Amino acid sequence: MSDSNGSREVPKDANWAGPVSKLKVPPMPPEAINLNVEGRGVSGPLQGFGPLWQKTYQVRLSGVKQTPTEVMQVWKENFAKFQPPGNHFYSSLEGIKPGEIMLLDSKVPVFPGTPGAIPVATGMMVLYVDDTSITLMTPEGHPESGWNTFSVFEEDGVSIAQVQSFGRSADPIYEFGYKLLGGEHLQEQTWSYVLLALAAYYGILGQVSMYKTCLDPKYQWKEARQVWKNASVRTIFYYLGAPLRWIRRLFSPGKPAR
Amino acid sequence: MPKPNGTMSVRSAAPTISIIDINGEVNSFSENTLMDAYTQASSMGAHTIILNFSGLSYMNSSGIGLLVTLLIRTKRQNQRLLACGLSEHYRQIFELTRLNEAILVFDNEADAIKSAERIKAA
Repeated sequence: MSDSNGSREVPKDANWAGPVSKLKVPPMPPEAINLNVEGRGVSGPLQGFGPLWQKTYQVRLSGVKQTPTEVMQVWKENFAKFQPPGNHFYSSLEGIKPGEIMLLDSKVPVFPGTPGAIPVATGMMVLYVDDTSITLMTPEGHPESGWNTFSVFEEDGVSIAQVQSFGRSADPIYEFGYKLLGGEHLQEQTWSYVLLALAAYYGILGQVSMYKTCLDPKYQWKEARQVWKNASVRTIFYYLGAPLRWIRRLFSPGKPAR
Repeated sequence: MPKPNGTMSVRSAAPTISIIDINGEVNSFSENTLMDAYTQASSMGAHTIILNFSGLSYMNSSGIGLLVTLLIRTKRQNQRLLACGLSEHYRQIFELTRLNEAILVFDNEADAIKSAERIKAA
């Protein structure tokens, strides 16, 4: 199916992020909002609120002569560029390496079928990297609780690029958004867009196949309290506070407020 | 499809406790092997399944994902999943991915069996 057996060129431990209790954001490009990640813990598929879904998206890169490792390298280098408009990923100078933080500024929809409108500033931790795969894990407050694996493998002589998400909505607000406001559809569109962008890089008009499985239909009510860390709500308050920060900056010229 | 670079064998430690010995690598190619081992353990009447990782050589993020899937399955069947024999590195991975919050981890097989028997007795 999906991934390599792990890189043999680097020490095996180097593929995994080291122990972390609270995330620490390294210096990031100034245009990144950088909210809701610093000091947060990570949150996996066993945490989170809604039903647990495994969703697999694939595109066949027919005719591409590069090896899965080479394709993955292209994907890593263009990770941010392959995102849909409105989905901005930022990484530190270290790039995509185990334990590194990537920041994400995005928008979630207000009504089903509409483009994203409500801002959400969040991020992800690089959990695992090898020659042919990357796994990103979500912090607390992220819309989804779990991880996403981006991988390339070969099947019948053709490279297949794959995104596999493994997670739940993080809290009741996000679950409402996923189910009723089109969040789930937007998420599926996002990963399809990424795969099509990768295919387009090679001049291929790709076709994305997607299959999903509900691994656990239960709601985890004990996780409903995560709503206090909801990154979208906190980002809205951040924007609402912009005028106050602007006024404060007027009176403290040495301290740039954002 | 590539073949898994690992094997899993099932043995019984008690009438309701089965041990799955994991040898070699655990990655996405291990899915059928792991689920077959689980099915075999369940058919032996196991209420507690102990994953013995002392023969594990490597596990990637897809392997960790398989353990989450297995955990969900055992929960649905009202079974308990324990782990033993993890190296320090993979103990850290369990902590990092917060798997240790749902799968009790023991230093060795004897401790895991003792714990399973205590729970059964209670």
